[in-house]
Amino acid sequence: MHDVVAQVTNFIHLDAANVTYLFLVGFVGGLVSGFIGSGGAFVLTPGMMSLGVPGLVAVASNMCHKFPKALVGSLKRAKYGQVDVKLGIVLGISAEAGVLYGAHIQENIKRAFGDAGSNLYVSAAFVVILAVVGGFVLRDAWKTYKTGATHEEEKVTKLARWVQSINIPGTMVYFKSLNAKISVLFTIPLGFATGMLAATIAVGGFIGVPAMIYVLGAPSLMASATELVIAFVMGLGGSFKYALHGMVDIRLAMIILGGSLFGIQLGAMGTTYVKPFMIKVVMGIIMVIVLFSRALMVPVYLSQLGLMDKLADGTVKMLKSTSFAIMIFALALGAFIVLKAMWKGRKAERLAAQESLAHSKV
Amino acid sequence: MAAQTQKSKKKPLVPLILTGAVSVALYVTLLMNQDIVNSNFARGGLYAFLPIITAFIFSFVHGNFTGHFWSALGVEASKKKKEVK
Repeated sequence: MHDVVAQVTNFIHLDAANVTYLFLVGFVGGLVSGFIGSGGAFVLTPGMMSLGVPGLVAVASNMCHKFPKALVGSLKRAKYGQVDVKLGIVLGISAEAGVLYGAHIQENIKRAFGDAGSNLYVSAAFVVILAVVGGFVLRDAWKTYKTGATHEEEKVTKLARWVQSINIPGTMVYFKSLNAKISVLFTIPLGFATGMLAATIAVGGFIGVPAMIYVLGAPSLMASATELVIAFVMGLGGSFKYALHGMVDIRLAMIILGGSLFGIQLGAMGTTYVKPFMIKVVMGIIMVIVLFSRALMVPVYLSQLGLMDKLADGTVKMLKSTSFAIMIFALALGAFIVLKAMWKGRKAERLAAQESLAHSKV
Repeated sequence: MAAQTQKSKKKPLVPLILTGAVSVALYVTLLMNQDIVNSNFARGGLYAFLPIITAFIFSFVHGNFTGHFWSALGVEASKKKKEVK
């Protein structure tokens, strides 16, 4: 109870400027996650902390806005036939285990090396994973664009074909997004990794979506839509865990949700206007830009840990604000690409409708 | 025919206004009672259900409202590509 009282006093005072800021960031985050299945959290959590919200409350409140947002987004995208509920739930359950394990690792690192050690671990995970996976996703999208195969059906990778060819009796499950039976022994580690990443950098989708595309063989649109189911399962469990300790500031969560539900509807609709490779483009671009943002913070944490010369206060401040600005830029650019693609798609559709009307009159 | 077209154009406005009003009421209630909300929702234990239930209620009402909002503005999904193959 003592903890709870202390926690309540940690809940910040909200004014009109705070509310507007959270609502707007929520909107942009929602727009991007409606499109690629995740995103937004990497800006929202530090964004809340910049308002004076304690780290754990920011993580908990972000999670409590994530699961209702993912629910609305997945229902919307299910209408377009893009969601594989079974795959989402199977991956979501193992992701939940990954979240718990990831949080446990975080706690141990924090206990052993303090805040700077924990931050360094998070940033290093960001840099390594985003460099490898983000670079791969972006390269694949670029190859598709260069070869002009943007209209063609996506090819299932060699790895996914191999995964689909393995038959382990008693573990095989049919998934409609793959149009094949695969062993859950493949989905469990992927879900677990998604959860671990979600617990570490708050965006599990950066592993979950590419894993569904490249390792399991799901089409990009279905992978990004199914990620919303995973986010719902993971977010619901995570929110409950944090709520048990009184960490969720429901006001923050609902204000962000207020903006993000406007965004997620738009982002979900956007997927019906674009070619599938655009999912990879937006995801790859965001991942690579965020990677630079986090890389800038590595020297700050290294100097705090005494692993390199101490940085001047001014330098630390500059690196922190540049890093945050780059993250906002990544999210804004993602949102811009989604809106532009949607705008172009709608325009092309309107023109085609007018042309067919003119033809029918002739 | 004209009356029918008008009727179909007007139709989304009723659910839009209804869900919008309930959504605004929910947000006003939440923000006007911040002290009560903060002291009860952060108690932990069984009180953990409070934020979870709240999130579900808001997502249902506000999610429907935002859907109607974009429809009323004429922003809809592509008619061509309804399903992924």
